[in-house]
Amino acid sequence: MGEAWIAEKSPFIIASGILGLLMLIFLYLPIINTVIASPDRMISALMRPETRDAIFMSFYAALLATLITFAFGIPLAYILARFSFPGKSIIDASIDLPILIPHDAAGIALLLLFGPKAPLGRLLSGMGISFIDTLFGVVLAMTFVSAPFMIRSAEDAFKAVNPQMENVARSLGASRFRAFMHVTFPLAFRGILTGCLLTWARAISEFGAVIILANIPKTAPVYLYEVFINEGLTAAIPVTSLLIIMAVLIFMAVKAIATRPLKPVY
Amino acid sequence: MEVKVENLSKRWENFSLCDVNLRIKDGEYFIILGPTGAGKTLLLELIAGFHKPDSGRILIDGVDVTDLPPERRGIGYVPQDYMLFPHMTVYENVEFGLRMRAMPKNERERIVTEILEFMGLTHLRDRLPMTLSGGEMQKTAIARALVLRPKLLLLDEPLSALDANTQRLMRDELKRLHEELKVTVIHVTHNQVEAYVLADRLAVMRNGRIIQVGNPEEVFRRPKDTFIARFVGFENLFNARIIESRNGIAEFDLGGVRIEAVTDRTGECIVGIRPDDIIVSRQPLRSSMRNTLKGRISDFIDMGSLISLIVNVKSVTFVALITKRSFLEMGLKRGLDVYLSFKASAVHII
Repeated sequence: MGEAWIAEKSPFIIASGILGLLMLIFLYLPIINTVIASPDRMISALMRPETRDAIFMSFYAALLATLITFAFGIPLAYILARFSFPGKSIIDASIDLPILIPHDAAGIALLLLFGPKAPLGRLLSGMGISFIDTLFGVVLAMTFVSAPFMIRSAEDAFKAVNPQMENVARSLGASRFRAFMHVTFPLAFRGILTGCLLTWARAISEFGAVIILANIPKTAPVYLYEVFINEGLTAAIPVTSLLIIMAVLIFMAVKAIATRPLKPVY
Repeated sequence: MEVKVENLSKRWENFSLCDVNLRIKDGEYFIILGPTGAGKTLLLELIAGFHKPDSGRILIDGVDVTDLPPERRGIGYVPQDYMLFPHMTVYENVEFGLRMRAMPKNERERIVTEILEFMGLTHLRDRLPMTLSGGEMQKTAIARALVLRPKLLLLDEPLSALDANTQRLMRDELKRLHEELKVTVIHVTHNQVEAYVLADRLAVMRNGRIIQVGNPEEVFRRPKDTFIARFVGFENLFNARIIESRNGIAEFDLGGVRIEAVTDRTGECIVGIRPDDIIVSRQPLRSSMRNTLKGRISDFIDMGSLISLIVNVKSVTFVALITKRSFLEMGLKRGLDVYLSFKASAVHII
């Protein structure tokens, strides 16, 4: 049983425990060390409008990226989870590609397609949508690198709902859409919410792709990088701490929502 | 509601349903019986409308519904493992179909209350499925399917997930439902007892094909081939040769053991005797039974209230089924000589 693992006195279990502990220390120590390094200066950093604007921009643009991914990624995840079609295995295997490629490379790839010299970029620019140094650019970069988290989480969540549930709902008079809305979506909701959370968190932390497309408006990682380059490590610490604390708070809040019992969605 | 399945075929993953033809009469309790992988569930799901057949038609009350989606077929469906919506209470599960019909709330309340009472589920109305027993889940799934008053109810292995006691109770419950609601039922199972007890008629399936249709008496007493015979409980199946045939009674040789059967057949054949048609005694019986064989108990299998006796008669092994009480009263044990008696009419010739 879990609670008695140390009592087992198995060398394998003890070694696993020690190695695991080292891993945890490695993960937590830099974060804790940063947060406790400058608690007093965090307030003064927060008082600077540039800091507040950058944090707000990160959260706001990440929220937009999450909503866009939700609107397009959830249908894709459902199709991947439920249906077979030619090329499905290729799509399924390549969904994670944006996570795997270096993010500055992702930024360059986006620039090649949506930049002012590219046909698509020119077309959209003519419609008033430019991606260079605009909020559109920030959201585009964030969406590209974080969408796979939502798609993968939602796909797994949909797969975990037995398709027979939808069949039963349909035998009871529900159309495919209503069966999805009343049965599949509520049952997959937790997985989808986790996907939203991961997408949002990943988008907030994106630096490489964002800076290639849009140096302004400044997101928190870009602002932090500039503070670090222009003012040095000491000036960067309070901003770093603020970002960490805010991320942890929001993460905990969404997790709390995600673990609540579900009621039917009507 | 009458259901007609005409030349229905469907390829599904590595499996094929081949040219299935069936006619289920209005108000009939029809069972589709077959081993796992026979295609029973696929056939049921085609009737429900969850898949499109590759060829063939499905007619309900004479109307071709082959291209209709399930939500427009008006069929009640209870899948294997019930598939209750886990995020809804018993009440909300049963109410679901009425909600989909956009029925007013007070009307829904009245109908759901009525059906919960009919199914004996009133005390469970606010419970979530995960807190229910197998029998309660099954009743809820049936109540949910019946709430729209379908004329046709499809049941996919409805009793397979229940313990033996609850299975017996739910068999009676299904019988009561069918009698009281006069609904046509198509029930898929691999369980012979279920089929024998519940079916007005049944179809036996194997490898995607229907291989025999008839009432339980016909299928269980006169199976068409050795596969069906074995599946419906003919544990004694022997290759035999007819030695003599006179006045409709034939004498067979089963490799040194001679038995008599009612048949006009000649030549080589297979004979089958159900283990429950064999009477076991310590002394030869004076009775009208034309077959009495002396053998030795080589083994027995304790099945709870029943004992399966394995008896060697010369080189031929018979299986006989007796109650545990008879087994104990006769003091039977391995190595003991016993007499096996059965009627000539209990011998089925394939």
